[in-house]
Amino acid sequence: VCIHRVRWCSSIRFIKSKYVCVCDKSALKFSHHQRLFRTSAVLRGQIVQFKLSDIGEGITEVTVKEWYIKEGDSVSQFDSICEVQSDKASVTITSRYDGVIRKLHYSLDEIAYVGKPLVDIEIDAAKGVAPEEDVVETPPMSHEEHTHQEIKGHKTLATPAVRRLAMENNIKLSEVVGTGKDNRILKEDILNYLAKQTGAILPPSPKAEIIPPLPKSETVPAAPKDKARTIPVPVSRPIVFSGKDKTEPITGFHKAMVKSMSAALKIPHFGYCDEVDLTQLIWLREELKALAQLRGVKLSFMPFFIKAASLGLLQYPILNAALDESCQNVTYKASHNIGIAMDTEQGLIVPNVKNVQACSVFEIASELNRLQSLGSAGQLGTNDLSGGTFTLSNIGTIGGTYAKPVILPPEVAIGALGKIQVLPRFNGKGEVYRAQIMNVSWSADHRIIDGATMARFSNLWKSYLENPASMLLDLK
Amino acid sequence: MVLQSSLKNCLQLSCILRTPKAGFRSTSRGGLIIQSISNDVYQNLAVEDWIHDHMNLDNQRVLFLWRNSPAVVIGRHQNPWQECNLRLLRQKNIKLARRRSGGGTVYHDLGNINLTFFTTRKKYERMENLKLVVKALKALRPQLDVHVTDRYDILLDRQYKISGTAAKLGRTTAYHHCTLLCNADKFVLSSVLKSPYEGLKSNATPSVPASVKNLFEEDPSLTCEMLLDAIAEEYAAQHRIDHRITLINPADETVLPGINNKTKELKSWEWVYGKTPKFSISTCFNMVYKDSVLDVKVDMDVKHGRIEVCNIDLPEQWLPPALCSELVKSLTGSKFCPNETTTLASTLLRACPQDDESHSKWNLLCENMMLLM
Repeated sequence: VCIHRVRWCSSIRFIKSKYVCVCDKSALKFSHHQRLFRTSAVLRGQIVQFKLSDIGEGITEVTVKEWYIKEGDSVSQFDSICEVQSDKASVTITSRYDGVIRKLHYSLDEIAYVGKPLVDIEIDAAKGVAPEEDVVETPPMSHEEHTHQEIKGHKTLATPAVRRLAMENNIKLSEVVGTGKDNRILKEDILNYLAKQTGAILPPSPKAEIIPPLPKSETVPAAPKDKARTIPVPVSRPIVFSGKDKTEPITGFHKAMVKSMSAALKIPHFGYCDEVDLTQLIWLREELKALAQLRGVKLSFMPFFIKAASLGLLQYPILNAALDESCQNVTYKASHNIGIAMDTEQGLIVPNVKNVQACSVFEIASELNRLQSLGSAGQLGTNDLSGGTFTLSNIGTIGGTYAKPVILPPEVAIGALGKIQVLPRFNGKGEVYRAQIMNVSWSADHRIIDGATMARFSNLWKSYLENPASMLLDLK
Repeated sequence: MVLQSSLKNCLQLSCILRTPKAGFRSTSRGGLIIQSISNDVYQNLAVEDWIHDHMNLDNQRVLFLWRNSPAVVIGRHQNPWQECNLRLLRQKNIKLARRRSGGGTVYHDLGNINLTFFTTRKKYERMENLKLVVKALKALRPQLDVHVTDRYDILLDRQYKISGTAAKLGRTTAYHHCTLLCNADKFVLSSVLKSPYEGLKSNATPSVPASVKNLFEEDPSLTCEMLLDAIAEEYAAQHRIDHRITLINPADETVLPGINNKTKELKSWEWVYGKTPKFSISTCFNMVYKDSVLDVKVDMDVKHGRIEVCNIDLPEQWLPPALCSELVKSLTGSKFCPNETTTLASTLLRACPQDDESHSKWNLLCENMMLLM
């Protein structure tokens, strides 16, 4: 075509220059194209049509149910390509070649025929990586690789992950001794090779000792090898890190958490912490545990903490309030719906016990049991999860002492309970005794709650728990 | 005949990571019969995976016997929302598992036995296996009217299905497994295998419902153990192998290295729900709020078990529009799962200003959305 144009050009004199220009451009285009073509011709292997093999039992057609690869992906021999289904049988089709997928002959749910082409694979004997990478990064090297293959006479077998590792460390696969099946190069082989290069201390794998270094090292240009030999022996092993960052979108529950926590942080928090001596409460609970068990309820410490909090809220109702959006009005909530933070597979959820002010400790315990079993089964309803007015978080069951809990809007206060520790404390007589101490960390909305209120509430709550008999006086 | 201790020897010698030239000495020449000591459906499915991936079956075959505590097992390419009543499953604590073989949905409990026939790919022959089962049944109780259909079902009295089949073919090995109803709970079976979800459109493999019957109903003297023994005997006789059954613990990493990872994968949400082929839901429901009835229309596209596209049509201004759009935005990309929706919705509520009225409306809407999942 080029020749044809040139001839035409020369016959028309007055516009010759223009045509020459055009010609040149096209000529340029062509040669550029050819150049590209030539380089890639070195790398491009044959395109093979991989046919769907016999399934057995006389089956001639199957439905394609899932593709494991897409066009452009590189595959190794034995990698899974797709899943097909025929009459209650699910078949995994694996690749027979190393190469790059060039065409998928069927889309999902289409019927595929035995004996007909399933995918087109470009067999790339030199490398298993995508051709674009070859052209851009290492054309000269790959040219040698190609020559290598011809000299060596057989493929270098390695999975894409291993090839990537080799490439990242500038290692020629042809120089690595493969110890896998059919001399396949494994990750350990790359690591061994690297260790040898830099003289690092790595226990040599027995196989590598037995097989002598490849004889064709003479045909490799001497430069890289020499360079390797002259590298001084470093003290530390080279860090071979083949991990990759992984980015995922934030969806669902986490997206909602982002929103709610951002709203929470608009509240000016202040913290107040204290320690509570639970020695007496622990003794009391031991007494009552068996009785509760007889009634079919598991009694933990939480029901006591919750009831004590409710008694405290009766005295300091501002802690059970809600501030409206514009901060113009405070609503004192009548019900004490005390939320309990729970850690589930989903993440943090806070179901609440409704109307604690009207519940006995036993009733609270029984309701907690119900919420806990629903929570672990992932069956909590919206009613249980909303309407809370005050929250307690027993992070101490996992660990920790003091915390800085974040208030859950529209509430105005929250308490985090640390773990119970046995610590030495002084009693009234000045003697040291074994005390069971738990730390509590409160956070409150400083726009409507002041430090003194929080401190007094905390003291009251603490006194109920340190001296459980005093709760009896104030129980309604 | 059940034998406990030689399991380690048997399996370690004869399998481990496809080393065909390992030169193993199989104590059971040509074949092996194993039975799981676990009733956990995920562990047992993991054993199938393990044998499929790691055992060299060039010169031997394996029969695997197992039973599960109540579970619904769907086929590889099925849609659980289309196949069973997920709400009921959750309520009754019945597990849901997705197996790797194709076919339809089945209900397992301890009154059902499962048989898996492992061979090399070349020796894959379902009809032979099923005929073997029928032969065993007839040897045990000659008066039983059982036969194999060309759909690979086993029918009792020419009408009731007592066994369903599915298979998995890999590069070098294959397995065919089937169920056998001895005395399963038919009432639970029929209630869990009925899907209440409407408006689903999908290309997932549908199940073909069938009337079932327990062998126990035909002959009350039959038990699962008897059936298992009879089938093992017939298998041993036909393939001329040792008839002793080796017990296997699907949690034992020393015998089955890597098995616990397989079990974990089979239990994961990504496998059980995430592998559902793309589907769409288009449905409407009524909500009763105070004195009025509202029509709500919901359209969703679900891919990999996650909501790709979500559209909720509510009467105008019933909910503050900001609230509604927040819900739709958050649902997009989240799992198509009632638990996820509930926790998402309650958490979201905290970020949006609301009064009691909006609060209860929101809860009502979310409760209804959950019912779709």
